[in-house]
Amino acid sequence: MRGGWLGAYALAYVVFLYAPIALLPLFAFNDSTVIAFPLTGFTTRWFTELTAVGALHDAAVNSVVIAVVTAVLATTLGVCAARAASRHRFPGRGPIMGAIMLPLVLPEIIVAVALLVVFLALGLSLSMLTVIAGHVLICTPFAIAVLNGAFQNLDPAMEEAARDLGETRFSAFRSVTLPLVAPGIVSALLISFTISLDEFIIAFFLSGSDPTLPVYLWGQLRFPQRIPVVMALGTILVVLSVALIASAELLRRRGLARAGMAQRGGVL
Amino acid sequence: MTLIALSGVQKWFGGYHALRSVDLSIAEGEFFSLLGPSGCGKTTLLRTIAGFEAPSEGSLRIDGADMAGVPPNRRPTNMVFQSYAIFPHLSVAENVAFGLRRSGLSRAERDAKVEEALGMVGLSGYGERASHALSGGQRQRVALARALILQPKVLLLDEPLSALDRKLREQMQMELRRLQRSVGITFVLVTHDQEEALILSDRVAVMFEGAIAQLAAPQTLYARPATRQVAEFIGVMNFLPARSDGNGGVEVAGLGHAEIAPDQAPEGLAAGDLEAGMRPETLSLVLDGAEPPGRVVEGRIEERAYYGDMTYYEVSLPGSPRPLTVSMKNLMGREVLERGAKASLVWDPRALVVFPAG
Repeated sequence: MRGGWLGAYALAYVVFLYAPIALLPLFAFNDSTVIAFPLTGFTTRWFTELTAVGALHDAAVNSVVIAVVTAVLATTLGVCAARAASRHRFPGRGPIMGAIMLPLVLPEIIVAVALLVVFLALGLSLSMLTVIAGHVLICTPFAIAVLNGAFQNLDPAMEEAARDLGETRFSAFRSVTLPLVAPGIVSALLISFTISLDEFIIAFFLSGSDPTLPVYLWGQLRFPQRIPVVMALGTILVVLSVALIASAELLRRRGLARAGMAQRGGVL
Repeated sequence: MTLIALSGVQKWFGGYHALRSVDLSIAEGEFFSLLGPSGCGKTTLLRTIAGFEAPSEGSLRIDGADMAGVPPNRRPTNMVFQSYAIFPHLSVAENVAFGLRRSGLSRAERDAKVEEALGMVGLSGYGERASHALSGGQRQRVALARALILQPKVLLLDEPLSALDRKLREQMQMELRRLQRSVGITFVLVTHDQEEALILSDRVAVMFEGAIAQLAAPQTLYARPATRQVAEFIGVMNFLPARSDGNGGVEVAGLGHAEIAPDQAPEGLAAGDLEAGMRPETLSLVLDGAEPPGRVVEGRIEERAYYGDMTYYEVSLPGSPRPLTVSMKNLMGREVLERGAKASLVWDPRALVVFPAG
């Protein structure tokens, strides 16, 4: 019964992955400050309480601003890097691309500590700007990974054809290349946004007195009676993250299908 | 009248010498082909004319104007790319109309031009189709219409038929020729297919290793190749060792003596070892006792290949180091010789081309 064992293993795997996350909404709607079974009743009280906390509101705004700026910067850098890597052969191309992609696998704690040391040595005060710098550093490799697929699927003759038909170098890029890689760009924006939004370690080290949402959440865990509120917030974040990543991947695939190109690259 | 003039054009990619001092002039209204094996520089030459590559040295003039520093969008040339480069996010009509974006034409004028261009390539009524749903042959037609709508002085075609299957390729060859005659625009075609170059072109430049080896009309190229390399690249040619008799004639191994006119020895009749080349169809065999005009030598059939319309024989001759390939038309009821049979080979000294031994 090899198939049976494999099935059981797959089931255990999925339970291990998602059961803890499934507990979030369970307790977020549970009418008790104690996080324990049995459940005592249904309530939306914790969600209502969420809206009443001013500090939470500030943290949420901080997070969104940081995530939007990070997504735009990381995607812009990603477009430049992916185009250079797919269109040009230059000396040191391999090592340079490797160095850009490295933060993908570097432990975040190391990146965070290193950045903290550098910022303090430079005499910069910790703020949203320093968090943005750190987030751009870790999001750019993800943006490049997504955009590489889009740029490598692109026939270099497309841009040349546009130039041949009267467009300048720049207007050819705008009128032909950009629309063709647009799904990749949207997908890179959404992924960078999501990563930045729920990143904790770098934000914790570099945010100073402007806490982001994850940092604020972590602070709330010290007060047991606030845990259900944290659960409610966590539920909202999970739903948002899944929705964003899913729409990023959907857009990317639709773009490929529209261009009649083969499935290649991407993170999902 | 000369439309495109290249003089002393050199191109280096780093240490790689892609074009070696190319001099070339292409006349207005001509169907011109650049023919050669891959890596011979023919595509680089085409891209230089289009403006995607700048010559490292030398000059390029189109219609009298120096093209140095002129970008592709301001040259009177348009190109059909090997991959066709049809914009997948635009419809067929939007693709064809792409070059008219800056023309300032009204919408109605533009639509009329697009429909006219589509009609020219046999795609009337295809305008609203999505471009990624087209077949290979249709994509090629859209690429042609898109390039021709701007009425360029020169249409550049980069291996436009290589992605098509054999039947479609032959059909498109005829259409390209017809299209070129009807629009009267100068076509410059890059191809590695010698048959295609011969079928389509008024003149062909054969290129090897970045240099033009011969520039001639198809008939001259085929019957009087200028170098042994050209002779080998185009069609099939038999080569036999030969020696100059020092008096305007050659002694060919296995065939005998032949007088040689100057155009039969493009590189001169040097003393010493030579090679005599002849095409399979200039040789024939005595079949059913019918003897064509020419000189006869006796030989034997070594191998035979039946192609339906033709039969190819390998005929060995006493005194010749290798057998000769002879092609014979399979006329109705004509005898087909078997392997090992004795055969009388008929040759014509005027069909010989003599080169220095390689």
